[in-house]
Amino acid sequence: MQLSKDKLIDAYTRMKKIRVFEETMRDEFAKGTVPAFIHLYIGQEAIASGICIELNDNDTIASTHRGHGHCLAKNSNLERMTMEIFCRADGLCEGKGGSMHIADLSVGMLGANAIVGANAPIAVGAALRQRVMGENLVSAAFIGDGASNQGAVFEAMNLASVLKLPVLFVFENNGYAEFTGVDYHCGGGDIAKRAEGFGMPSYKLDGSDFFAVQEAAAEAVERARKGEGPSAIECYAKRWYGHFEGDPQHYRTKEELETIRKDNDPLIIFRQKVEEAGLVESSDLDVIDDDLMSQVTNAVEKAKNSPLPNVEELTTNVYEEGSY
Amino acid sequence: MTIKTYREAIIEAMILEMKRDEKVFVIGEDISGGRGCEDFDGEAAGGPMGLTQGLWDEFGAKRVIDTPISETAIMGAAAGAALSGLRPIAELMFSDFFGVCFDQIYNQAAKFRFMYGDQGATPLVIRTMIGAGIGCGPQHSQSPYSIFANIPGLKVVTPSNPYDAKGLLISSIRDNDPVIFCEHKALLGMDGEVPDESYEVPLGKGKILKEGNDISIVAIGQMVGVVQNCIKSLEQKGISAEIIDPRSLSPFDDEMVYDSVEKTGRLLVLDESNPVCSFGSWITSMVSEEVFSSLKAPTKVLTPPHCPVPAAPNLEAAYLPDIETIISASENLKNYS
Repeated sequence: MQLSKDKLIDAYTRMKKIRVFEETMRDEFAKGTVPAFIHLYIGQEAIASGICIELNDNDTIASTHRGHGHCLAKNSNLERMTMEIFCRADGLCEGKGGSMHIADLSVGMLGANAIVGANAPIAVGAALRQRVMGENLVSAAFIGDGASNQGAVFEAMNLASVLKLPVLFVFENNGYAEFTGVDYHCGGGDIAKRAEGFGMPSYKLDGSDFFAVQEAAAEAVERARKGEGPSAIECYAKRWYGHFEGDPQHYRTKEELETIRKDNDPLIIFRQKVEEAGLVESSDLDVIDDDLMSQVTNAVEKAKNSPLPNVEELTTNVYEEGSY
Repeated sequence: MTIKTYREAIIEAMILEMKRDEKVFVIGEDISGGRGCEDFDGEAAGGPMGLTQGLWDEFGAKRVIDTPISETAIMGAAAGAALSGLRPIAELMFSDFFGVCFDQIYNQAAKFRFMYGDQGATPLVIRTMIGAGIGCGPQHSQSPYSIFANIPGLKVVTPSNPYDAKGLLISSIRDNDPVIFCEHKALLGMDGEVPDESYEVPLGKGKILKEGNDISIVAIGQMVGVVQNCIKSLEQKGISAEIIDPRSLSPFDDEMVYDSVEKTGRLLVLDESNPVCSFGSWITSMVSEEVFSSLKAPTKVLTPPHCPVPAAPNLEAAYLPDIETIISASENLKNYS
């Protein structure tokens, strides 16, 4: 644990922001204010945060349908992101994307993606900037255990390996592909090993532990920036809630849900580690909690009170203006 | 003015644009020598049809990127590269292969601008081979441009000659939306006058190849050449045909077609796609809605029959609309009462 206090505070802030945000979204969804499906990231906060803390704005990420955590960890604009989930005119995507398609290109967030596994080749494409233009950049794809079975992901890993592109394939193994368990759906049962088969180094680690993720990310990012090619990081974590909000989760036991929240809370694990090591005072983190709660509450209120897109916008931005 | 082939025109367009803009690069299967290696010093083949010949020698492996046989990865990487500021030309060797990579085209590249609220452009060109006529059989001979044109966010062009191939490709590379550039395999060796310098043929602008008064014939891609071979016979039968090459299907120059039909009162469309929901049927539908009162006869679309493209030479010859069919359809329209 060689991180500066500032970086530790940054790490905690990213993770906690995701937690507070997603819990608030859960409440709002239950109240019926959110206009579409949402897929919560709670339980996996350390993964997005551990990866994105090693990236800068010029680096890119390509996200998934469970993308709120990736957006926040990549420092997407909180208010405009919230507006997008509420499909408002001033949302990041002007209300046309919604929860499963949020992007914030200004910080290298290339988009959540509702087609499982489709983001992996897109992340590889962004990494081509290193080869074509000589740019110093890294591109990460977040890929669930379910998406790990998609052909697009295999093709993306092979292409990145063949072209030695600066890509991080971040596998978030949360145990479930929608409703179907990883023990059932994953042939061979070892996602990291599949990546190794494409000739890239791989990591297998506890995705509830920020430090495990961050250390692997730092190594993989360094390797990528040096032009040594892609890496795979398989992070085991627990998905606290259903595939989507409203999922009755008949496929899980009560005991499972109780245990994971007790034993696999990335925020509790982080706090214990930094407080026991005397790196950060508990009170410093409490202040962050309060601040984030008010930031998120304000963003949600602002979003709910902002207008939906004008109906005239229905057919705009299909093509470049004036070109069609 | 120099005489060049359709193939040479395409290569020249890429070279000019790659020289002009360092963000332009080409990615696809076998596009260098099929070797892709930095230290390869043999002669670069430039793809199975020679459509990227010379690029690797001029621009090197950083911008002429050989890939594994992975169409999803190629299209997805090109989409991601375009979204993050590059200007890829991605080669889909045969358009028939869209079935293994269409998600990256129609769910991703085509939708980025809309679903991300116009945050960025997707300046991507997908060059792909269409068309029947040279015996490639059911999985290498199709013309799926009607499917591409159906997708909001995609632009689709179908050059019918070397001049347009060069100008349309330059416009497509400079365009800020994804363009499917349909190269007809039967036209690759076609000669024509092609200026050496750079020029654009604008997307969405058709061309009247011959003016006429009795019937408007809109022909797409390879069909343009076929209908040009009918002009003399039609004239001998007293039919003055106005021939239109739309050049782009999306955007489509509907005004040019309406104006022509208002003059002639008759419309025949020659289209190489499958007949059900073909691009030709869309043209006739628009004409019926917009200039119905000008029509003196029902609109007519000639396409192949609703079957896959066969391999046997005699079947393939029967598959494509031919001169006799076109002349007979034109006579029927002229004589309709």
